[in-house]
Amino acid sequence: MEQPLWEVFIRSRQGLDHKHVGSLHAADAKMAIESARDVYTRRMEGVSIWVVESKHIHASNPEEAGSFFDPAEDKIYRHPTFYKLPDEVEYM
Amino acid sequence: MDTEALQQSFDEKIDKDIRIEPKDWMPADYRKTLIRQISQHAHSEIVGMLPEANWITRAPTLRRKCILIAKVQDEAGHGLYLYCAAETLNITREEMTEQLLTGKAKYSSIFNYPTLSWADMGAIGWLVDGAAIINQIPLCRTSYGPYARGMVRICKEESFHQRQGFDILLSLCRGSEAQKAMAQDALNRWWWPSLMMFGPRDADSPHTIQSMKWKIKRFTNDELRQKFVDMCAQQVEVLGLQIPDPELKWNEARGHYDFGEIHWDEFWNVVKGNGPCNKERIAARTKAHEDGEWVRRAALAYAQKQKSGIPESQSAKATIKD
Amino acid sequence: MHGDNTTDYLLFLADSSLIMGQRLSEWTGHGPMLEQDIAITNISLDTIGQARYFYQLAAKRQNEKTGKTEITEDSLAYLRDAHQYRNLLLTELPNGDWGQTILKIYLYANWQKLIYGKLIYASDKDIAAIADKALKEVQYHTSWSSDWVRRLGDGTSESHERMEKALEYLWPYTGEMFMETDYERRQYERDKDFSLDTIRKEWTEEVYHILQEATLTLPQADTFMHKGGKKGVHTEYLGYILAEMQFLQRAYPGCEW
Repeated sequence: MEQPLWEVFIRSRQGLDHKHVGSLHAADAKMAIESARDVYTRRMEGVSIWVVESKHIHASNPEEAGSFFDPAEDKIYRHPTFYKLPDEVEYM
Repeated sequence: MDTEALQQSFDEKIDKDIRIEPKDWMPADYRKTLIRQISQHAHSEIVGMLPEANWITRAPTLRRKCILIAKVQDEAGHGLYLYCAAETLNITREEMTEQLLTGKAKYSSIFNYPTLSWADMGAIGWLVDGAAIINQIPLCRTSYGPYARGMVRICKEESFHQRQGFDILLSLCRGSEAQKAMAQDALNRWWWPSLMMFGPRDADSPHTIQSMKWKIKRFTNDELRQKFVDMCAQQVEVLGLQIPDPELKWNEARGHYDFGEIHWDEFWNVVKGNGPCNKERIAARTKAHEDGEWVRRAALAYAQKQKSGIPESQSAKATIKD
Repeated sequence: MHGDNTTDYLLFLADSSLIMGQRLSEWTGHGPMLEQDIAITNISLDTIGQARYFYQLAAKRQNEKTGKTEITEDSLAYLRDAHQYRNLLLTELPNGDWGQTILKIYLYANWQKLIYGKLIYASDKDIAAIADKALKEVQYHTSWSSDWVRRLGDGTSESHERMEKALEYLWPYTGEMFMETDYERRQYERDKDFSLDTIRKEWTEEVYHILQEATLTLPQADTFMHKGGKKGVHTEYLGYILAEMQFLQRAYPGCEW
């Protein structure tokens, strides 16, 4: 009779993204949010909380990490540093 | 990928200090060792709440009461972070709880000692949390990601625990004779068990070598124990108390304090369940778990009802069988 | 502890919160699940924190009168005996099971919410400031505990039974919240729109609403109500609470801790 597991995301202050901070058990979403408040923001660590039941998270497969992420490696032309500018151009 | 290639990629990550994450391939023994260590650590936090909670209702001032409550609450939080870290290794909290209550899983033996006076709150904070911090700081760099992240959070929060303990002892030592005697008595009782917290001597610690190799552990038991003794030997002078070890003295050549031999008989006895409070601690956890059963059940049943969208007026409670 | 007009009133608020918090702290380490252990401990910390603010204000005012500094939050909490305590009887009742404790929190927090909600406008600016801080806390306590009342009332047949029993046990101690003492009257008279009778109506309406949602049997309007706490006449429980809480201060008088 275990309570479902929830993942907790916290916005530490206005202007920042919600960031995964950990998980907890709760019977429903409201309980999960309230528990997240008590468990993960006791020291003013947050201004906003998201929770999602862990079973709803889909993840990329670590064994495919190579074929998944490596192809981006040689596309260095996507980065501004790839381009040499003449010295006369100060800011671009 | 075949197992050999997976093993190789795992080893490489460990070598390069790249963290292992939950869905990554890992050797079965690595997983097993982690589950054992993390859950043992979590159980220690939870059982560790009991000896201190024992004094919450008797704390001598409102300020001390609030500090103690917040501290014990932190321990619940730390237990929770650790259970969640362990859960990423495919074991449920329920299974871990079961292991704790049936005695299959261990927890730190220190919590099988009783808290007999208010000064014990000081001694636990200073010594037990002090020892824990020394154990835990290297774990922030442990090779398993969720464990390391949990430890970072825990270490951040724990920094006040040792200080509040020392502060309690300091107040007692600056107080009346009776208070100072209370502090000394607590130190006498908690010193040796605190040294035992670092576990058996390296030579007698079967798991150490493999755990070091996997970078689950970063220092050996004896190394950490020495660090702890060195730290306490200096701090005790500020308190003006005596560490109950006639052999404790500074060794210039080693650059460390020498100290007497731990009573390993006592250590193994407490590990085996013969400590002063082993039965009480497990009984208290069992009671909390059993008394909570109907609550957890009801919360789930209610959540289910809300989800299935049955209007409340029709959700005849008599039909909901537990 | 008489003389100052507000002392009794401040002690009434402080004592009620302290005893509530003291009782709730008994749960720490023994909750039905880790998350809820942490949650109820937070509420305990909040209520003890409220008590400290009220004690500190009472001490300050007493000391200002006498020109001494001998009264502190701790002398008020630790060196008064049961008959000097002004807390509501409700707060000193045993925790019982999780359901009974939750319901007790709900009944009390809802009352606090309404009282503090008025006190933030009080002409007594010190009290208003404390109420302002405490109000946010008790609003949360109300919401948190009302969720639990619903969950348990409308959960399983066992939880429903337990909640019915808890309600039956606690309800006769709720009336005292609205029986005005002299020191309350003195306090409330300073602010025109403060009426305990109105608060009672609002409280009852909100509580009945939640109980109804929790599928619990609404208590009879003419239920017999216990009283006495506000005037220092308590249940037998308070003596034991104080014996435990005050032990160190009594056994080692005059020490710093």
